[in-house]
Amino acid sequence: MPAPETLSWSAPSTTPAEIEAALRRLLIRCHDQAGACIPARVLNLICVVDRTMSGAIAQRLTQAGRYHASRTILCAVEPGRRTIGAVAALGIAFPRPRGDFALLRESITLEIGERHLPHLDTIVDPLVVSDLPTVLWCAQAHEEAVRALLPLTQAVLLDSSDVTDALDALDRARKLLRTVEVVDLAWLRSTPWRERIAAAFDLPHRRRELPGLSAVTVRHHADSAVAGLLLLGWLGSRLRWHMEALRGDAQALSGDAWGAAGAIRLTLMSDEHQPVRGLAGVALETRSGWRFSLDRGPGGLHAAEREPGGRQRSWTVLGASRGEPGILGDGIRHALLRDHAFGAAAREAVRLAGAA
Amino acid sequence: MSAGLAASETNPFAESLERVPAQPTALVILGATGDLARRKLLPAVYNLAHEGALPERFCLLGVARGAMGDEQFRAMAADMIRRFSRRRPDEQVLRELLEQTFHVESSFEDPRLYDELARTLQARDEEAGLPLARCFYLATAPAFFGPIVRALGAHRLNRHEQVPVRIVVEKPFGRTLEDAQSLNRELLSVFAESQVCRIDHYLGKETVQNLMALRFANQIFEPVWTRNYIESVQITAAEDLGIGGRAGYYDGTGALRDLVQNHMLQLMCHVAMEPPTEFGADDVRNEKVKVLRAVKAPTEEDVSAMAVRGQYTAGIVAGEPVPGYLEEEGVPLDSRTETYAAVRLEVDNWRWAGVPFYLRTGKRLARQLTEIAIELKPVPHLPFAGDGAIGVRANRLVFTIQPNEGVSLSLAAKIPGPGMRIRPVNMEFLYRAAFLSQSPEAYERLILDAIRGDATLFTRGDEVEAQWRICDPIVRAWSASPERPPPYLAGSQGPAESAEILLPGHIWRMI
Repeated sequence: MPAPETLSWSAPSTTPAEIEAALRRLLIRCHDQAGACIPARVLNLICVVDRTMSGAIAQRLTQAGRYHASRTILCAVEPGRRTIGAVAALGIAFPRPRGDFALLRESITLEIGERHLPHLDTIVDPLVVSDLPTVLWCAQAHEEAVRALLPLTQAVLLDSSDVTDALDALDRARKLLRTVEVVDLAWLRSTPWRERIAAAFDLPHRRRELPGLSAVTVRHHADSAVAGLLLLGWLGSRLRWHMEALRGDAQALSGDAWGAAGAIRLTLMSDEHQPVRGLAGVALETRSGWRFSLDRGPGGLHAAEREPGGRQRSWTVLGASRGEPGILGDGIRHALLRDHAFGAAAREAVRLAGAA
Repeated sequence: MSAGLAASETNPFAESLERVPAQPTALVILGATGDLARRKLLPAVYNLAHEGALPERFCLLGVARGAMGDEQFRAMAADMIRRFSRRRPDEQVLRELLEQTFHVESSFEDPRLYDELARTLQARDEEAGLPLARCFYLATAPAFFGPIVRALGAHRLNRHEQVPVRIVVEKPFGRTLEDAQSLNRELLSVFAESQVCRIDHYLGKETVQNLMALRFANQIFEPVWTRNYIESVQITAAEDLGIGGRAGYYDGTGALRDLVQNHMLQLMCHVAMEPPTEFGADDVRNEKVKVLRAVKAPTEEDVSAMAVRGQYTAGIVAGEPVPGYLEEEGVPLDSRTETYAAVRLEVDNWRWAGVPFYLRTGKRLARQLTEIAIELKPVPHLPFAGDGAIGVRANRLVFTIQPNEGVSLSLAAKIPGPGMRIRPVNMEFLYRAAFLSQSPEAYERLILDAIRGDATLFTRGDEVEAQWRICDPIVRAWSASPERPPPYLAGSQGPAESAEILLPGHIWRMI
């Protein structure tokens, strides 16, 4: 008998113990109906959002690609609500290969009121699978809930690009880093760019150009100044530049960083033609006249190099765009990893954003 | 100069990146229209491109016989990628990859091929503005390995003053010990060992690599990982399929050469090796070679007591009748090629002395399964009286490589009820359930490692020869024997004779 796509249970007013029991019953039903079913055990993902947003957030999670939490607990906050409502569901994670077992993903949507937020940990704790990493996705700012849930959490997933003020966003990430691992989607959007910059300077003759860097220009989507600041922060932290606050307006910020060989002109520009969040382009120049740039393009990043003698070359660095759902999936996966570079980059980015 | 810049002798940006940079490379696939290239290599290269894992500058040269220009080769490559890639291709990435894909047409024995290759590589270097590292992938029939290696040397394509040159050699690496030694000599007369990547694609499988993680990152296994606690080890690589359309290859190879000599001995090494001090290529391979050297090579007289072969006859698989080996298309009616091989080996060292390692593989067996089963010794005393102890079995730790990758440990547990009755239960870890992500194909990992020059997952020359030293006497004894391999029914557990090599008290696990 084919496994059912989803089995679900709901109650308008319930308790965590009843929800957990309902999930166990759903698993037994799944075994009865479909034979070999195994609940995945990867990580718990908790998300707290306004009830009006819960559908959109659930939709984003279903599009997250290959990487998923095995148990998702979505807390939908409804103003004035006094009881806990719940929908628990068990769904097949992937199409089951012929003759193979079905891998199950569990999701729980909790309908709660603001009164539940200060002690949300007491509701959520019985529902997380023990001994698995627990990730808190801060899709919306419910600080009270975040404070309550932090002790349950090993990693916080956030998107600094969601916050209007870059300094506030970076400062929040930096403070969270003191207690938990932070996975910032704004940082992950810069991953292919960082990898390609690293690849560009992996060649010894290019690496020799590094001390002579004189200018770095980063173009970004209007909402993604934080991604640009983090990229500059990463460059500065890796090359041990002394960073100072950039100045300017919403369209462009600029300033100097100081390396061993002198000043490096940093420019951060909003690119109105960039259709999606993230970076649009990066250009690095040296005092010798060498210039290397990367720009978003079809099929990968478009790379261009100008040698000091004026000779120019361009090529495509292959790679598919992950899209926003893919970046969220990557964020969930990174919650299982450790990225030591982010903290240092965020620290420098805060300096750059200081007077912005 | 600041501390940061002083440190820039190494790449200051590479630290903490999940994907470390790979040197700009030209990948040359010799045999680019063959089955391996079409089904595995081209889709693997695409998937690496999709993930942004290929070097910043990259080109693919496909060498094959037959009049086929760049455009026709690209069309064939695109078709194969669409059919066999593990993900649906992104058409823009595919188009960009194909723009960097070129065809070089010639016979591998034609010296003009290598002049043309040199010219094409030079042109790609000029276009890139820098010399590209060269990686020659021999996806050809083994008969061409020697001629290609010699020709690469003769045309000075084996070295480059500025960039690394590597050569990837597919299995089978020789048909006998002498063959393997000869091929090694040939390879090493042209390339240095550090340039050679001998592929055993099992080593690129995530679950095989995970075997080392489980052994060397978990304290729980090490104390029992000795002859004091382990009764036997059974390694099984069973297939429910027949030989398909591969009679030409398989009939000249047989089960022993196809799987035991390479993949299964590698799995045995992973079980038996000592922990390396570091996870460096030579640290790991040194430990594996020590295991192989500790296995006493059988004499031809020993073979009948420690090795069994078989050949499948018509039977029923998954409810459907299937032909016997001799009825398969392309198989000679008098073929004595074994489609089943089982051997008993012993690793004569302090840790393993006296513990039999049983290795078996076969076509058309009951189901597809690759696993390593570690049977522990029984407890020294059972306090449960009467029927209580009837269901007690020794603990068994099973690493399943495919299809359901994971680990299970059988434990004894009390059956619910008033009496103390015991039966075995399984504690299971399923790789898929714990990561929910798709593992990359083994070839993706291995191609990238070859480009990077990381030899950890490739087989070293002395390792291959040590494998052959164990298998060669068996090959010779079976070749010299006038007897036909014992028959076994397709869809069965293999030939009944396989039980003859087991030590007293041991039985084969059900496949």
